[in-house]
Amino acid sequence: MTSLISSRFTTRRSRVQDWLFGGIGAIASLVTLGALGWILADLVKMGLPHLSVEFFTADMKSAGREGGIGPMIVSTFLILVCFLFPAIPLGVGCAFWLSEYVQGGSRIARAVTGGVDLLASVPSIVFGLFGMSFFCQVLGLGFSILSGGLTLTCMVLPILVRTTLSAMTSLPPDLRPAAGALGLTRATTLWQILLPAALPGIMIGITLGVGRALAETAALLFTSGYSTRWPESIHDSGRAISVHIYDLAMNIPNGGGKASASALVLLLMILAINLVASLLADRCLKSQYIS
Amino acid sequence: MCRLRVDWLVRHVLGLLAVVAGGLVLVIVWYLFQGAKPALESGLPRRFFGDPEWQPGSVRDPQYGLVPMLAGSFLVTVFATALATPLGIAGAVFYQFYVPARVSRWNLRCMELLAGMPAVVLGFWGLMVVVPAISRLEPPGQSLLAAALVLALMILPIIALTSQAALSAVPLSHLQAAAGLGIGRAGMIWNIALPAAKGGIGSGVLLALARAIGETLVVVMLCGNIAQIPGSVFDPIRPVTSTIALEMGYATASHKALLYAGGLILVLVIGLLVGGLSFRRKPNHNTVH
Repeated sequence: MTSLISSRFTTRRSRVQDWLFGGIGAIASLVTLGALGWILADLVKMGLPHLSVEFFTADMKSAGREGGIGPMIVSTFLILVCFLFPAIPLGVGCAFWLSEYVQGGSRIARAVTGGVDLLASVPSIVFGLFGMSFFCQVLGLGFSILSGGLTLTCMVLPILVRTTLSAMTSLPPDLRPAAGALGLTRATTLWQILLPAALPGIMIGITLGVGRALAETAALLFTSGYSTRWPESIHDSGRAISVHIYDLAMNIPNGGGKASASALVLLLMILAINLVASLLADRCLKSQYIS
Repeated sequence: MCRLRVDWLVRHVLGLLAVVAGGLVLVIVWYLFQGAKPALESGLPRRFFGDPEWQPGSVRDPQYGLVPMLAGSFLVTVFATALATPLGIAGAVFYQFYVPARVSRWNLRCMELLAGMPAVVLGFWGLMVVVPAISRLEPPGQSLLAAALVLALMILPIIALTSQAALSAVPLSHLQAAAGLGIGRAGMIWNIALPAAKGGIGSGVLLALARAIGETLVVVMLCGNIAQIPGSVFDPIRPVTSTIALEMGYATASHKALLYAGGLILVLVIGLLVGGLSFRRKPNHNTVH
């Protein structure tokens, strides 16, 4: 206790300590933000001169050193469609079942949430390995946009389940007995009352999942392939933008300029997605205050 | 009774979807195990640790030493986490206790931007900027150091965000009590806030560690990809993840089984880390609140 009595806020020692802590923190934050700024500045500096309307629509030329990324944008979009189509019913359905049809603490509920959490910890390259041999070889889909999308479904599923589940549990608890008192069946309650109420939260999960899928490379390297042609169907191989950046950076000498421009495009897409998610989150909060 | 039948149908369809989603990880692990089985059965595990080199493609004298790869994964992960942890925690303390909330919110946005940065973009930037800089110091540039530096940048926001969340969850009454006793800001941070947030910060670091072990793109682009035990931080390495990424396109037979074994090792190590975390989390909640 003597140490407590003898120490005062204005002692010289505590002032020096205060300065020291603040200084260390400021330096750490400067280093971090400086690195982020450095990365962004470099990407803009190297990439901006290559950006034009043609860059978004044109074919790739000379192994990527010239031309645009039109086919890659279409492939990326198709991969996203193939990923969302199975992922939304699987993720949302799983969360609905967990929140509405089983007790939270029951053994089966714990097993399913545990499985989903473990899935979230599997590294993306392992999804790539699994996708390549299961979807491409065993199911015979080959290197295709469909295989890539399905691999991403496995990878992003936990995000969808987690966000939908938290949206469902944050709904007002009296919605369910009220619907029951009106004589609605559970399925009708779910479809007509709970789903619309939880929709903004579910949309946040979907946008976060899309952002994660856009950023992914390792899971796509050997599932959706390297082809740079315009994809004609989801059974064609197609190169995602992220894979394109990887290929330009690693295998094409002097591909840096176009790679920066592609990275800039990818970054802008992810920023836009994040903006949508945070706008949705704001609206979600507001609607909760009103109700 | 049509409505009840619909109800029954919905319940069972949703249940099926949930079991598929929850069981997917078992399918993946089982699949990896099946793939790795030939390597585990043929007495190769002894050679994982016995063989000095990694030459699985060689026809005359294949070598299956996994040790350089495991060492590479371990070193780059620990190095990156050791770099990112002090920076992340110091930054979180700074924004929680020294800076007004208005400014702190912008830092949070920046951290989220850094956390959402695609690995391939970070790897590309490292290749254009970090590798040439290191190569000027000591060639070849693609090295343990380059991979660890950029990997640290990648996991830093995880540590910073979880640390700040843990620090902001420290009850205000504890901090007020400290101030009432006349303890200065630094003493309060060191003696009250950091110990109370220890559990949350620790889980953030473990989460970052798990992320770093599994990260592929940054590592494959920056570490030089030579399977050896590095003598210094300027030597190239080849972790497990980049071995899988580079070789799964052409690997066959026992070589392929080895890649599955590598994937299995990764999943088990990360699963243990994350599983241990969720066990830790429960007692933690009781002590903090």
